[in-house]
Amino acid sequence: MSAIHLTKADFDQKTEKGVTLVDFWAPWCGPCRMAGPVIDNLAVQFQNKALVAKVNVDEQGELAEKFGVMSIPTVVILKDGQEVERTTGFVGEDAYKEFLEKHLK
Amino acid sequence: MDYDVIIIGSGPAGCAASIYASRYGLSNIVIGKTQGGTISYAHNVENYPGSNGISGVDLMITVEKHVKDLGSQIIYDPVNKLEKVQDQFMVTTSSGKQFQSRAVIIATGTERKKLNIPGEQELVGKGVTYCVTCDAPFYKDKTVVLVGGGDAACSGAVHLSQFAKKIYLVYRGSSLRAEPTWVSQWQELASAGKGEEIFNTNITKIISEKDKVAGVELDKEFNGSKNLACEGVFIEIGGVPGTELIRPLGVKDDDSGHVVVNQYMETSLPGLFAAGDMTDQSKVMKQVITAMAWGAIAASSAYKYIKGSQAPQLIGVAR
Repeated sequence: MSAIHLTKADFDQKTEKGVTLVDFWAPWCGPCRMAGPVIDNLAVQFQNKALVAKVNVDEQGELAEKFGVMSIPTVVILKDGQEVERTTGFVGEDAYKEFLEKHLK
Repeated sequence: MDYDVIIIGSGPAGCAASIYASRYGLSNIVIGKTQGGTISYAHNVENYPGSNGISGVDLMITVEKHVKDLGSQIIYDPVNKLEKVQDQFMVTTSSGKQFQSRAVIIATGTERKKLNIPGEQELVGKGVTYCVTCDAPFYKDKTVVLVGGGDAACSGAVHLSQFAKKIYLVYRGSSLRAEPTWVSQWQELASAGKGEEIFNTNITKIISEKDKVAGVELDKEFNGSKNLACEGVFIEIGGVPGTELIRPLGVKDDDSGHVVVNQYMETSLPGLFAAGDMTDQSKVMKQVITAMAWGAIAASSAYKYIKGSQAPQLIGVAR
């Protein structure tokens, strides 16, 4: 299972409970494309524990604006719908994993 | 796992080294931190022969496929430790995997340089960015500052001009040191009023308002003021050699921190070869084509080191 793609229509509903990792990305962004497989991999590793999702800022401009995303890749961790962590630039699988584990405790 | 050669670094130099090592019949693995290395940040590579315009990511996707087609593998699991015990190298990754080999080719490139000024770190993602390709579209019709004067800065300015209203190129030097093609494309933008050069100038502070970039402070006046209003700051000032892994091995480096190699890409430690932007050779050119060439030479030298004889001439055609 790879990461699911969220849109404006389902974002709030899908993220309101539990821990969610959201990867804001776009196809024209080199480092985002490097991060893509890593995010999909996390979706597998955290299946049934956390929601691992992607938001294409090209298609979901309003969501990107709502989160004030001005640089991608930006990864935001939400807990019960509230932002608890944010990192900009591709920081590698380990860092994302640490964030998830920290907020799953 | 045991290999003839372990290649650390998955950019152009590391991948080319793997391609040549595979064709020499050397078992090898590429262990990288991120896919494609620094070139993945380039929006368009226009000087790689055979292709007069390809994004850095797309170029490296084809190179990566080539590496795998020849039987090698690439894993993304940053190397934490490199040791040499007698004639054997030991590589440990951050997930704890261990690999051994007779020879190592290190091609870990560079780490992006930062300005290290007030406001920079706090405003990353809030107007400060190190990736033009990634973030240019967020600055549609906005005024931005781009710091730097080399290829990445000038090509970045050209790409950025498709979105931004106005680009100020702030550079500490007195003239641009990018490829003339990029310089002339930048100058066209400047004469069309979309770009303006501010040379012999440094940025001393990034100013924010409401937690977003609002301007920069310069170390000398420009148009009568040291403050320059802008909504974005793009930093393209090159990199420092990523030599952390080999420092504990006492490998010789130069004043600028680049690993010293000879024409065979040999470092001062037998069995350890280096290629690409981390070596002192790269001070001549930091290009995909040269990094790949050095990677190929490093593979040939590793062959000689392991087999005790000169690597065969590779003709590349079945006869």
